[in-house]
Amino acid sequence: MAGRESRKSFTGEGLACRRGERRVFKGVAFALAPGDALLLGGPNGSGKTSLLRLMAGLAQPEDGVIAWNGATIADDPAAHRARLHYIGHQDAVKPALTAEENLAFWAGMRGAKGGAADALRRFRLDARAAWPARYLSAGERKRLGLARLMASPATLWLLDEPTTSLDAEATEILLTAIADHRRTGGCVALATHAPLPLPGAQTLSLADHATWRQA
Amino acid sequence: MSGFAALLTRDLRLAFRQGGDVANVVAFFALAVILFPFGVGPDPDLLARIAAGVLWVTALLAALLSLERLFDADFQDGSLEALGLMPVPLEIQVLAKCVAHWLTTGLPLTIIAPLLALVLHFDAAGYPALIAALLLGTPVLSLIGAIGAALTLGARRAGVLLSLLVLPLYIPVLIFGVAASEAAALGLESRPHLLLLAALLAGSLALAPWAAAAALRQALE
Repeated sequence: MAGRESRKSFTGEGLACRRGERRVFKGVAFALAPGDALLLGGPNGSGKTSLLRLMAGLAQPEDGVIAWNGATIADDPAAHRARLHYIGHQDAVKPALTAEENLAFWAGMRGAKGGAADALRRFRLDARAAWPARYLSAGERKRLGLARLMASPATLWLLDEPTTSLDAEATEILLTAIADHRRTGGCVALATHAPLPLPGAQTLSLADHATWRQA
Repeated sequence: MSGFAALLTRDLRLAFRQGGDVANVVAFFALAVILFPFGVGPDPDLLARIAAGVLWVTALLAALLSLERLFDADFQDGSLEALGLMPVPLEIQVLAKCVAHWLTTGLPLTIIAPLLALVLHFDAAGYPALIAALLLGTPVLSLIGAIGAALTLGARRAGVLLSLLVLPLYIPVLIFGVAASEAAALGLESRPHLLLLAALLAGSLALAPWAAAAALRQALE
């Protein structure tokens, strides 16, 4: 690896992904240095979620390599899981638990303690902390899901359509959180349809790598 | 270890908040056992002879009833995907869920079994062995059941498939569980049967979390 490459902490090369019979994309590459953000674009079905799942290690690429500081993530999946937050389409919120219990559980699973109350405050959910999550609106549940980002530290954030059902205020809170995270050397990869103002973010359009049109 | 405790606490809390699941299992067990005196008649000798078998078969079915939800609720709301990305190994998480499942099904079943044994005129000498056998056998039901629940995750009609997969694997527990309880009631040595149940428990403790975790990873991909 050349010296220029070694500064990049999170890289992917020649990635191809297959879902069942269908090849979703091929030849996808990315390289993120500490503080970088990557915006994934492309029409529905172009593989944004699939790429994020590859980045998280939830699925294995059909071809290509994803590496952290030069070491393939598949070689040490436990270390990779310890450094990432993945917020998918589903909120992973238990209706029978209160907002705070939900959040404290996820933070506890990552070995963090006491961050939940602060994270709820950042996402303006402190008034709802003791409410069973079943009484939260869709937007509030989404905020609760995103508050996991703040409740325990992780270097790499993988966000799948994080602004769905968020209002302007919550979107602003999320953007501030992302900016803070990048300032302290964190990496963010997020899939989105809404144009998000992320200064200096790289963009990757999966439409350019789509193979479903030919296939 | 903190991850194990966190998941166990969450699952127990969910079970108590949504108390219906535990109550359903216990009610099913009690009702199904009480049906037998109506079905075979009130003859105390006959009931006493079939008591151990009836209790074990019904306990088995009651445990099976609650298995479908072991991973399914987490799978549906995205929690399982998030759990799969936690630094805590999935095997440890499976074990935590099995312990929670046993505490909310196997243990209540073990507690009310002596009462139901009374209804079936079970011989008084057999009670200690019956309880010991249930204490050793019901955790095996949760552990083996976890493999089936993980394998059938996301399948249509998962419940039926789950029964077909898991019930044959429960046969050894049934055989030694009934043998231990009956041997004591007849005044014979129940120790060897209990030891065999303990061996089954040790074996499934060592193997089931790995098998179930592998199946969960498959389901998540």
